[in-house]
Amino acid sequence: MTPHEKKGATQYTPYHPRWYRTRVSTYWWLWKWYYLKFVLRELSSIFVAYFVVITLLQVHSLSRGSETYARFEERMRNPLTIALNAISFFFVLFHAITWFNLAPRAIVARLGGKRVPDILIAGSNYVAWLAISATVAWFILR
Amino acid sequence: MAADAPKKLLEPFFWTLFSAGGVVAALLMPVHIFLFGLAFPLGWLQDLSHGRALAIIEHPLVRIYLFVFCALPLFHWAHRFRYTLYDGLQIKHLNEVITVFCYGGAIIGTALAGYVLWSIP
Amino acid sequence: MAETIQLEVTRYSPEHDAAPTFQRFEVPYRKDWVVLDALNYIKDKLDGSLSYRWSCRMGICGSCGMMVNGQPKLTCATFLSHYAPGAVRVEPLRYFPVVRDLVIEMTDFVVKLQKVKPWIIRKAEKSLSDGEYPQTPQQLDAYKQFSMCINCMLCYAACPVYGLDPLFAGPAAIALAQRYNLDSRDQGAKERMDILSQHEGIWGCTFVGECTEACPKNVDPAGAIQQYKLTAAKEWLKSLLMPWGAK
Repeated sequence: MTPHEKKGATQYTPYHPRWYRTRVSTYWWLWKWYYLKFVLRELSSIFVAYFVVITLLQVHSLSRGSETYARFEERMRNPLTIALNAISFFFVLFHAITWFNLAPRAIVARLGGKRVPDILIAGSNYVAWLAISATVAWFILR
Repeated sequence: MAADAPKKLLEPFFWTLFSAGGVVAALLMPVHIFLFGLAFPLGWLQDLSHGRALAIIEHPLVRIYLFVFCALPLFHWAHRFRYTLYDGLQIKHLNEVITVFCYGGAIIGTALAGYVLWSIP
Repeated sequence: MAETIQLEVTRYSPEHDAAPTFQRFEVPYRKDWVVLDALNYIKDKLDGSLSYRWSCRMGICGSCGMMVNGQPKLTCATFLSHYAPGAVRVEPLRYFPVVRDLVIEMTDFVVKLQKVKPWIIRKAEKSLSDGEYPQTPQQLDAYKQFSMCINCMLCYAACPVYGLDPLFAGPAAIALAQRYNLDSRDQGAKERMDILSQHEGIWGCTFVGECTEACPKNVDPAGAIQQYKLTAAKEWLKSLLMPWGAK
């Protein structure tokens, strides 16, 4: 039986009339907790982009003068904005934590022939995160 | 195979930007969102006066910092969101539209960031 | 007092069925039985027409991979006691076409595996009189984890990208490519890079990480793929900055 291209058939797996292919549901990511966690992690990027926009609006309003800046701050105090910012904060934290925890898998560091343990690589990321955050906060608040 | 050549060239490029953006977003965003998104508006910490804030951002190093802070995470979003659309909504057949939307959006955002940061008085 | 446990097994006969269905069997519950033992009991005593793959029954051949209660597992390494007293649902490995009952068509995996050239590639073979290729323990350590792959395809059943994207090479293929890239005896890294760097060869991977969770041999294919992406990115950067340095 010669394989032939069927509409929607994959490039590598030839079509065979007697094989059964289960169609992957659009909601595949809802049926397993670990898939859902993965999709939420990916969606965190939306909140990252959102806050970049907020930051640009903030800088823009600063350039325009103290009145414009005051109006920007007023909008930031809006409860809806604060709620969105709170959600963004948690999503960005989720992104940061998953990112640092996965870093050791991508970066293989060897010291004197032996592999550096994962927890040290992840740990050094967290330490850098704390140090940098503290520095930025100090710089802004001093 | 010629049509694959630009794709072959671009995927590692966008992935590198995605990684760099991910690192920037992970290290810098939490403290920024906490301060400017929550602590200042809610009054937990004393807010920056307009004059003080302007004095900080007009410094060229701060402008560069802010440019990196805005540009790289945007490319991080672009790459990640593109694949989320492919796998989450299974609309890979629209991949030209999605690619243009995502990376185009990031490029426009980066250009806007450059403009906004350049035009600080 | 004989205890029993229910098994819900996928049945699909392409001659008679339009789609897979489930059939329930009651098998004896023994504490030391694995799902494969239950399937063998069904085939021996209850329904001889049940079709499935198995071989070594000790977790080294990679033949008996199936979905057990929605998780990709080696049925020879999955104990009934883990699921007792509830029913155990056994389905064919996810994201592969079903040929019959619990048997899947694995040509796609084999094709992709062959594409990555999972063997030592040398520009020029040493002649026998030159002796062996010596390798230090550190050099072995660099790729040993990825060499543990038994080609059981559980990682493919765990990977949603593989299920959605026909062009994605898949966790095991990339991990095995990396196994050879990191082998000090191998000189074929560039050849494999050209193949894998195309389209979604590796770039489709979004680091879901479930492949590593499913792997019964701790190969960590997700780690292999991310390391490979990093290498590919470095190679791309090098080719950009030093285009004259073509290997």
